[in-house]
Amino acid sequence: MAVAVPREGQRRAERLERIWKESSGLLGWLTTVDHKRIGILYFFTSLFFFAAGGVEALLIRTQLIAPNQSTLDPATFNEMMSTHGTTMIFFFVVPMSLGAFGNYLLPLMIGARDMAFPRLNALSYWIFLCAGTFLYVGVFTGNAPNAGWFNYVPLASRTYSPGPGIDFYALSLIFIGISTTAGAINAIVTILKLRAPGMSLNRMPLFCFAFLAVSFALVFALPALTTALVLLELQRMLGFHFYDVVFGGNTLLWQNLFWIFGHPEVYIIILPAFGIATSIIPTFVRRRMVAFPLVALAEILVAFLGFGVWAHHMFAVGLANSTAIYFAAASLVIVIPSGIQLFAWITTILTGTPRFQTPLLWIIGFIIVFILGGLSGITFAAIPFDQQLTDTYYVVAHFHYVIFGAAVFPLIGGIYYWFPKVSGRMYHEGWGKASFWFTFVGMNVTFFPMHILGLAGMPRRDYTYPPDMGWSALNLIETIGSYLLAVGLLSVFVNLAISLFRGERVGNDPWGGDTLEWSTSSPPPEYNYAVIPTVSSPYAMWDREDRERDAELLEQGRKTLEEGHETAASTAVDAEWDEVLDMPSHSPWPPLLALAMAGLFTFVLLERWIAAAIFIGVMLAVLAAWHGGEPQEA
Amino acid sequence: MPTLSPLDPKSPDAHDIATLWWWMLVAAGIVFLGAVALLVLARVRRDEPGLPLFGENERANTALVLAFGIAVPVVVLSALFVIANLVLLSDTDAPAADETALTVEVVGHQWWWEANYPESGVRTANEIHIPDRTSVNVVVHSADVIHSFWVPELNRKIDTIPGRTNRVELYAEEPGVYRGQCAEFCGLQHAHMALRVYAEPAADFRRWLTQQAEPARTAGLGGEAALGKRYFMENACAGCHTISGTQAEGTIGPDLTHIASRDTIAADTLENTPANLYRWIQNPQSIKPGDKMPGLGLGARKFHAIVAYLSELR
Repeated sequence: MAVAVPREGQRRAERLERIWKESSGLLGWLTTVDHKRIGILYFFTSLFFFAAGGVEALLIRTQLIAPNQSTLDPATFNEMMSTHGTTMIFFFVVPMSLGAFGNYLLPLMIGARDMAFPRLNALSYWIFLCAGTFLYVGVFTGNAPNAGWFNYVPLASRTYSPGPGIDFYALSLIFIGISTTAGAINAIVTILKLRAPGMSLNRMPLFCFAFLAVSFALVFALPALTTALVLLELQRMLGFHFYDVVFGGNTLLWQNLFWIFGHPEVYIIILPAFGIATSIIPTFVRRRMVAFPLVALAEILVAFLGFGVWAHHMFAVGLANSTAIYFAAASLVIVIPSGIQLFAWITTILTGTPRFQTPLLWIIGFIIVFILGGLSGITFAAIPFDQQLTDTYYVVAHFHYVIFGAAVFPLIGGIYYWFPKVSGRMYHEGWGKASFWFTFVGMNVTFFPMHILGLAGMPRRDYTYPPDMGWSALNLIETIGSYLLAVGLLSVFVNLAISLFRGERVGNDPWGGDTLEWSTSSPPPEYNYAVIPTVSSPYAMWDREDRERDAELLEQGRKTLEEGHETAASTAVDAEWDEVLDMPSHSPWPPLLALAMAGLFTFVLLERWIAAAIFIGVMLAVLAAWHGGEPQEA
Repeated sequence: MPTLSPLDPKSPDAHDIATLWWWMLVAAGIVFLGAVALLVLARVRRDEPGLPLFGENERANTALVLAFGIAVPVVVLSALFVIANLVLLSDTDAPAADETALTVEVVGHQWWWEANYPESGVRTANEIHIPDRTSVNVVVHSADVIHSFWVPELNRKIDTIPGRTNRVELYAEEPGVYRGQCAEFCGLQHAHMALRVYAEPAADFRRWLTQQAEPARTAGLGGEAALGKRYFMENACAGCHTISGTQAEGTIGPDLTHIASRDTIAADTLENTPANLYRWIQNPQSIKPGDKMPGLGLGARKFHAIVAYLSELR
């Protein structure tokens, strides 16, 4: 929909262009505070970690292709298995969803010009990059973590894991936790304060509800993980005894702390996927979501209830029955909000007029695998059954259906959906569909047989298995499936890489999309919107009068905030016009602060305390310089 | 060969759990097929807006979400909760220690299982004998990291956790050999930490227990076996293993007092034959890389003598 911008509006747009311009070239990328560029940096960095985690997965599957193989020795197998989980969860899914999708799309969807704290946003990215690099320095120097991604003590103590692999794990997770916390707070403030006037909470897109819920969950869940990790490092490095029973510590303290974080984390991983599904479905079925308020409520409830179910990861540790029964009940309750969302999606698709293009295909695939993963999840709330099947391949099947199928499929659907917005070009539809079918089939061939293997008693995390257990054929099928899956995922990114240069150019809104981002150009200008948009429903892009009014306002020079680097702030609930915010511009300090922090973490790892202290000094100096150069409040 | 499948139950508890699984599978199958049917319907009716029968009616849409998203799940999940967590959980609970005829203490080690019979002082490894059709109280501990004791055909698993004592009931409906396996990741050789449970008629079990309570054979060893005993005691073997009635009193590795009476070695990794025993002691690291048992490099002659000695320890 190319609307000819009249002359006056053109002049204002050019003025905004000058105000919001950042440095060009590499320096521009290093010093950027533009949420879209930071989103793109997050995208490529987390994609790199996705590839790394994928290679690790293929190595694991290759080792298990047949019984008694020695492609990987047990030590390497354990390292690959631990690094795969850690990478996928902490360095791929969360940065990809919150970092790439959240950063790029949240301000656009709510009609803002940037995130609430642009420099903090840049800092979050650079910390993420440094923390990921930190972990992989460990991997490439032969010091990968090897006690599994949930790293139970005492296996993870110095006595049983003497090398620095566990320290790389613990410190990199403390490090990236800073990034994630900052990112989550940024998202919360952005969503609550920077919505375009008129976008009261009940008119906020469901995507934003999901990200709001995730961000709150992160802020409350991460401290438990950070605490667990700090206690672990105090024990490993300085001889404290938090987890050491010989000195009155408690082994299960780690498990409790880890899963108090770890179960909310599951919903943190999957809620953005729900948000993406609720964006894609209305566009492609050409109708609003059924039961909008219920879905919004369900998204918030899932994040909230996720905090009350952690001990269902620990049913085999010998809990009192009364404790186990409570956690089983809570785990069943959380099925309800998930069920509401599921049937809201299905009913919306059923009552709409769906066009089965690539993004919707990924969402349908997501719905199917999510139902399977959800159903197998329910079986863990039957405590005696859980105690039979926990720590077998049945669990591995379940959480790959949920975390790979249900969380990553929508991410890929979302990548296809917003690719034209970000790149200004269209991907190849035929290859898009083919990539879906390869991945969908590959995913099911890889992970479905794992249910059966678990029911046949194969424990997870075994580096090999005997030939006489009847597990060989299914393992072979799974490994073939994983190769097919790799081909499917590769075809996604090859399609997009080629389309980036050769794809057909698109206008603002190739899909008839439902939310505001489709009203601006593809790719959007630095300032996102020349006029702070008018909003009167959650499907702002379908309110034609509002969009025409934006064009008029631009012509009249109203709500254009062209006096400086500015965006509008509104009240948290009703989104009434509150004030005009002066936004900071590009800055070299965020990457420098992240580097100084990397120095600190490196010397803590090496247990060089004086050098570590020096880097704390460097961090303080960088912070001082950062704030010294800050424009004063008017 | 015994299986490790929870769906091959050989005890009332395991039967109940397997039955629960089949019912859950049926219910889940109905939900899954129903949802897929709705998606197929959406594909068929892709050009027609609204619901079949109800047409374009937002209240009907919301009612559908409320019915399938809330009402049906509440009923089904409540039923599951009551059956699984109120009825079945207490039915399959470990019985009080004084209600069982026998207690076996199982200790998880990296990477083998120690089994003690406190009433008779018997100490063995990786092969647990129990009387059939008898409720056995298994008390589990850990010597190092967390392991999980799991004999799926007989009952659910239970973690062995440092500083904690957990219990699980073993009951076998019929005589047989049941396989078990460590289920909690415990390091390099987690994959080779299996065990066997032998359920025997009560008389056979008594005979086994009496025989295991005897000290190791010392008299009448053949020439090579006597030599092997000397090598065993002179070298690091005796520092890690116990052979009762000798000066070997180590506790790092399995008790070898009656090693020759066992069917397997290295935690159910190899069949217990002289050839395998030789392979194992001569280079354990090639069979279980990273295992705590070192290859001592004593040379073929001494290893053969030690195998001859161990083969006499029935």
